[in-house]
Amino acid sequence: MDDLYREVIIEHYKNPSYRGKLDPHDISFADNNPLCGDHIQIDLRVDANGVVSEARFDGHGCAISQASADLLMETIIGKPLDEVKKLNKQDILEMLGIDLGPVRLKCALLSLKVLKAGVYGLGEAGDDLVE
Amino acid sequence: MTLNVDQVRKDFPILDRETANGKRVIYLDSTATSQKPVQVIEAMNDYYRRSNANIHRGVHTLAEEATTMYEGARERIAKFINASSAREIIYTRNTTESINLVAYSWARANLKAGDLVVLTEMEHHSNLVPWHMLQAERGIELDFIPVTEEGLLDLEAYKTLLNRTPKLVSFTHMSNVLGTINPAAEIIKLAHTVGAVVLVDGAQSVPHLAVDVQALDADFYAFSAHKMCGPTGIGILYGKSAFLEAMPPFLGGGDMIKEVKLRSFRPNTLPHKFEAGTPAIAEAVGFGAAVDYLTQVGMKDIAAHEHEITEYALDRLEEIPGVKLFGPSADKKGGVAAFTLEGVHPHDVAQILDQDGIAVRAGHHCAQPLHEKFGIPATSRASFYLYSTKEEVDMLVKGLYKVKEMFG
Repeated sequence: MDDLYREVIIEHYKNPSYRGKLDPHDISFADNNPLCGDHIQIDLRVDANGVVSEARFDGHGCAISQASADLLMETIIGKPLDEVKKLNKQDILEMLGIDLGPVRLKCALLSLKVLKAGVYGLGEAGDDLVE
Repeated sequence: MTLNVDQVRKDFPILDRETANGKRVIYLDSTATSQKPVQVIEAMNDYYRRSNANIHRGVHTLAEEATTMYEGARERIAKFINASSAREIIYTRNTTESINLVAYSWARANLKAGDLVVLTEMEHHSNLVPWHMLQAERGIELDFIPVTEEGLLDLEAYKTLLNRTPKLVSFTHMSNVLGTINPAAEIIKLAHTVGAVVLVDGAQSVPHLAVDVQALDADFYAFSAHKMCGPTGIGILYGKSAFLEAMPPFLGGGDMIKEVKLRSFRPNTLPHKFEAGTPAIAEAVGFGAAVDYLTQVGMKDIAAHEHEITEYALDRLEEIPGVKLFGPSADKKGGVAAFTLEGVHPHDVAQILDQDGIAVRAGHHCAQPLHEKFGIPATSRASFYLYSTKEEVDMLVKGLYKVKEMFG
C-alpha cells in the first residue's frame, strides 16, 4: 500500500513535467471521471509522419490520476499515433509500477481514455478504450 | 440517560473486524450507509429461517406470518415518524425511488409547462435529476434556494422565490455534505402559504433526529432503511393520505390492483396501490427491527451523542494546518465533517487513511453542484453515528497528520 504512493508518483504529482496546454494543437480532448469529478484535458501536436511531437495534460485530480497523466505524456512523445492507439491498461500499470483496486484503477486510466478518445476522434472517453 | 457507546458498539459485530493489514476498522462513513446491529441481522435471518413466504393472498401459516411481519414493520415505521396512519407509509427501494415516485405520479399528474419547482443548491443528485428529467419532458421550471458561505439556506432568497408561486418545494432536511440541518418546519410553512406542495428528502435526517412528519406538516417525506441501521433495498415514501389517494399508480403489476380485466384494471387501496410486485419482505422485517432498535436506544440520546462527537471532531480537525472544513458549526449540523486538506486530493486522503483502517468517503458525494458552488471538485467526508467514539476521531486526526507528512 505504501507502494501506491511510491516516490515517483508523488514526484510526478507535485512536479509534473508535462502539465499545460498546447496552442496550436492537432488533437485536443477532455473528459471527467464520473465517480469523483476528476478532469483531464490532453493536447497533442502530431508531425507530418503521424508521430506525436508534443503532448501536454491539464486538469485536476488525485495523485494517481495526475501522475499517470504525466507519465503517459512522457511515454507518447516521439511515438507514432498507431502505437499510441495500442496502449492499454497493462501499459499504464507498468508505467506506474503499482497494482490498483477497481476504484483507483479508474483514476489511473482516465488519462489514457481521454488520450485515446482524442486520437480516435470520439465524443466520449469510454471504458472500452482501455480494456 | 445518556447513550452508553461501549454497550452500543457490542451490537455491531462489524466494528470488531480488522482490515487487511490487521487494523481494527474505524468506520466514519455512516452518511453513505450505516452499519447494522445484530438485532437487525438476526431478525432478517429468523425471517428466512422460520417464516419465509410470499405475502398477502396466501392463506397458509407461513404466508400469514410473513404478511403480519411485513405489515407490522410498516406500523412501527409509521409510529417512528409519527405518521397518522400506516396507509401513508409506502415501501420503496430507497429515498431515490421515493422521490421518483412523487416525480412520476404526483408531478406528472399536477405539473405543466412553465410551473415552478423550487429546490436548493445543497441537494443530493437524487433530488435534482428526477426534476431535470421532468423539465426536459414537461418544460417545468426549476429554481434553487441559494446556499450561503456558512452552508445554510438563504431564507430571504427563498421568500423571494415564493413570490413566483411555485407548485412544489422539494428540499433536503439535512445535507449529506455540509451536515446542515435545515429549518424544515419553517420552510414547509412558508411554502404552504403560497399553496405549494412540499416534498422533504429525509435520507440523512430520519436516522439522526427524531422526525415528526405531522408536526412538520410535510406533504411527502422520503427516507431509506440502510442509513438508519436497516438493510439496503428498502425505503419509505410517506405521503399525506389525501395526496396519495388522488395520485395515479406509479408501477403497475401484482399487488397494486383491486381487480384486473383483460383490458383494464382498478388500483388497490393505500398503501398497496404503490407497491407493485413481490416487495422486499425480509428487508421490511429488518427495517422494523431497525426502528425498534433506534427507539430502544433513544433518538434523543443518539442525537445528543452525535452532537458531542461532531463538536469534538470539528474542533480537532480545525486545529490541523491546511484543513478547511465545509458547512456550519456543530450546533447547526448533524454528524458530518466534510473537509479538504491543502495540496492533497481527497481520494489520496481516503486511500492513505484506509491504510490505518479508517473509512472515510472522498468525492462529490452525489452533490456535484454544491461542490461547484464552493469551487472545489471534491471533499473528504467523515461522518458519525450512534457507535462513533472520540477515540475514532483521534485516529482520524492522527491519520491526517500522516497524510500531510507523505505529501509534505
